[in-house]
Amino acid sequence: MSALENSLQGLRETFRRDQVWPFLIDKQSKVDVSNQMILYVEGLNLSFDGFKALNDLNLYVNDGELRCLIGANGAGKTTLMDVITGKSKPDAGSVYFGQTHNLLTKDEADIAQLGIGRKFQKPTVFEEQTVFDNLELSLKTDKRVIQTLFARLSPSEIDRIDEVLAIIGLKKHRFMKAGALSHGQKQWLEIGMLLAADPRLLLIDEPVAGMTAQETERTAELLTSLAGERTVIVVEHDMEFVRSIARTVTVLHQGSVLAEGTMDQIQNNKDVIEVYLGEEAAEA
Amino acid sequence: MSKLINWFTEGRSSGKYTLPFVILLLGVTVLASAANLLLPQDSALYVSTYSITLLGKYLCYAMLALAVDIIWGYCGILSLGHGAFFALGGYAMGMYLMRQIGDRGVYGHPELPDFMVFLDWQELPWFWLGMDQFWFAMVMAVVVPGLLAFVFGWLAFRSRVTGVYLSIMTQALTYALLLAFFRNEMGFGGNNGLTDFKEILGFDLQADSTRVSLFIATAVILSLVLLASQRILSSRLGKVTLAVRDAEPRTRFIGYRTERYKVWLFVYSAVIAGVAGALYVPQVGIINPGEFSPINSIEIVIWVAVGGRGTLIGAIIGALLVNYAKTRFTAIMPDGWLFALGALFVLVTLFLPKGLMGLYGQLQSKRRQSAEQEVQS
Repeated sequence: MSALENSLQGLRETFRRDQVWPFLIDKQSKVDVSNQMILYVEGLNLSFDGFKALNDLNLYVNDGELRCLIGANGAGKTTLMDVITGKSKPDAGSVYFGQTHNLLTKDEADIAQLGIGRKFQKPTVFEEQTVFDNLELSLKTDKRVIQTLFARLSPSEIDRIDEVLAIIGLKKHRFMKAGALSHGQKQWLEIGMLLAADPRLLLIDEPVAGMTAQETERTAELLTSLAGERTVIVVEHDMEFVRSIARTVTVLHQGSVLAEGTMDQIQNNKDVIEVYLGEEAAEA
Repeated sequence: MSKLINWFTEGRSSGKYTLPFVILLLGVTVLASAANLLLPQDSALYVSTYSITLLGKYLCYAMLALAVDIIWGYCGILSLGHGAFFALGGYAMGMYLMRQIGDRGVYGHPELPDFMVFLDWQELPWFWLGMDQFWFAMVMAVVVPGLLAFVFGWLAFRSRVTGVYLSIMTQALTYALLLAFFRNEMGFGGNNGLTDFKEILGFDLQADSTRVSLFIATAVILSLVLLASQRILSSRLGKVTLAVRDAEPRTRFIGYRTERYKVWLFVYSAVIAGVAGALYVPQVGIINPGEFSPINSIEIVIWVAVGGRGTLIGAIIGALLVNYAKTRFTAIMPDGWLFALGALFVLVTLFLPKGLMGLYGQLQSKRRQSAEQEVQS
C-alpha cells in the first residue's frame, strides 16, 4: 500500500506543473551575470608531481572588466587559464562562469561555445589557410560534424568577418595565407579569431610579446576598446603595457593571489615589491 | 557579394584539376576497354586482357592511396594500418565469390567451401551466412572496415593518442589481424586465403567482358570517390580538417570537438579502403592474410608521399606510377624491389617534400629565386 502511495507520489512529483523537466531546459542558456560577476574561481588547487601550480587560488572577475594578471614565471598564470578553458582539471576548487555554468564539468569545445575565447602565449593560427578561412572557422556557428559539412557562409557572417578584419587591420591580407603574416599580424589574427566567435570572456596570454612599440600601442587600444562589452583577462610581462591598459591588476605568486588593486596600489604593496617588482629592480 | 566570396573560397581550393583528371581517367578507361574488346588480337593497338586486369588492380591501389591521403595528407593522421581495411573489404568480396562456387569445388560440396570440407566442418559458421547474397556481401565490405575504424578511432582519438604512437598502434592492428587470419580456426581459409573463384553475379570471371567490366567499374567508382572527397574537403569540414592537422589545440579552443572530426574522417577513409579491397579481389582472383602484412600498409604511405600528400590527384598518380615501376622492376630484379622502394622514399622525402604534385611549384619558386638574385646582382 505504502509502496503504491510512494510511486504515486513520485509520479505526481514528476508531473508537477510548476516546474520544467531538466532535459527540457535549454543547455545553451545565457550566462547569468545578475550579480555583475562573470567569473568565480574559488579554492583552486592543482599540483603536478608534488609541485603546487595552483594553491588555494581565489579570483573574481566583474562583467565587462579588463583585468591584468601578472606574476613571475611559475606563478600559475597559464595553469589558471588552462583550468578555466578546460584543458586541465584541478584537484580541488570550483570555477563558475556566471552563476550557473560549472566549467569544471565541461570540455574545451563546450567552454569555447559558451563564449570563452583563449589566445595562446605563442601565436597559433592555421598557417596553411587564408586569413579569411581562419576567421570563418572561428565564427559562432554550429560546430558539429554534419552541420559543418553542409555549412555555407551567410551574408551576415561575411559582414561579421569583414568587421573583424577591419578591427584587426588585416583587410588587405584577407586572401593571404596566415603563415605569411608577420609575428604581430598573427597575434592580431588570433585576437580576431576570438572576436569572430563573439565571446563574453577573452583570456589573452601575452598579447604583445615580440611586437614593435607601435603595434603594442595599437593592441592596447584594441583591448581597452573591447572591455565594457566583453570581459577581458590579460596575462602580460610587459609592465609598461600593463600600466597603459589596466584598471585592476591581480598579482599571482606561487599559485595564489598575492595582491589585487590598481596599478599604483600594486606598486606600493609591500609583498609585491618584495617578491615580484623587487626581483626585477634587483636585476636592473 | 556573398555569392562572389563563396565562389572565391571554392575556386581557390586545389580542386580545379579534379574534373579534368576524372575526364582523362574515364577517357583512358573507355579507350583501353574498347581496344581490348573491339580490336583483333593481332592489331598493334590491341590491349591484352592481362593489361586490363593490371590496370584495374592499379586503380584499386589508387583508391587505397586516396583513402590514406585523406587521413594523412589532410588530417595529419599517419595510418600505417590501412591495408587492414583494404583486406577486410577484400575478404567480404572473397566470401561472396567463394559461395558462388557452389558444388564446383574440388570436393563438390554443395554448400561448404573447399577449405571447410578439408577441415572436416559440418556446417557454415554464422559469419558466412548471407554472404551468398551480393548486396549483403557489399554491405559487409563497407560496414566491417567502417565499424573497425570507428571503434579503433573512437578509442584512440578520444584518449588523444596522436603522432608516432598512433601510427604504431595502427601497425599493431593490422599485424594482429594478419596473425588472426592465418589461423584455420578463424574460418577464412587460413594462410591459403580464399581463391579459385568462378563467377561474379553469374558472369564468368575469366571472360574478357567480365574483366573489362570490373576495370570500368573500378574506374567509375574511383572517379566518384575522388569527386565526393574533393567536395567534402573543400567544404568547411575540410577547412576544419586542415585546422586539426596544423593546430589541433587551437581548433579545440574555438569550439570544435576535434576527436569527432577525426573519427568520422577515419571511418570515411576506411570505407574507401574497404571498397577498394572489394574491387581488387575479383580482379586478382585471390585474397589471403598476406594483404594484412604491415609492409603493405607502409607501401601505401610511400605511394602517397611520392605523388604528393595533401593532393588527392597526387595520391592517385603516385599509386599508379610506383605500382607500374614495381611491376617492371620485379620482372627484372625481383629481390631488389624493396631496396628500390626504400631509396625512393628517402629521395622523395629529401628532395620532393611535396611529392610529384609539388614539383611544379618547387621549380617555379626556384626560378623566382634565381630571377630575384639576378635582379639583386
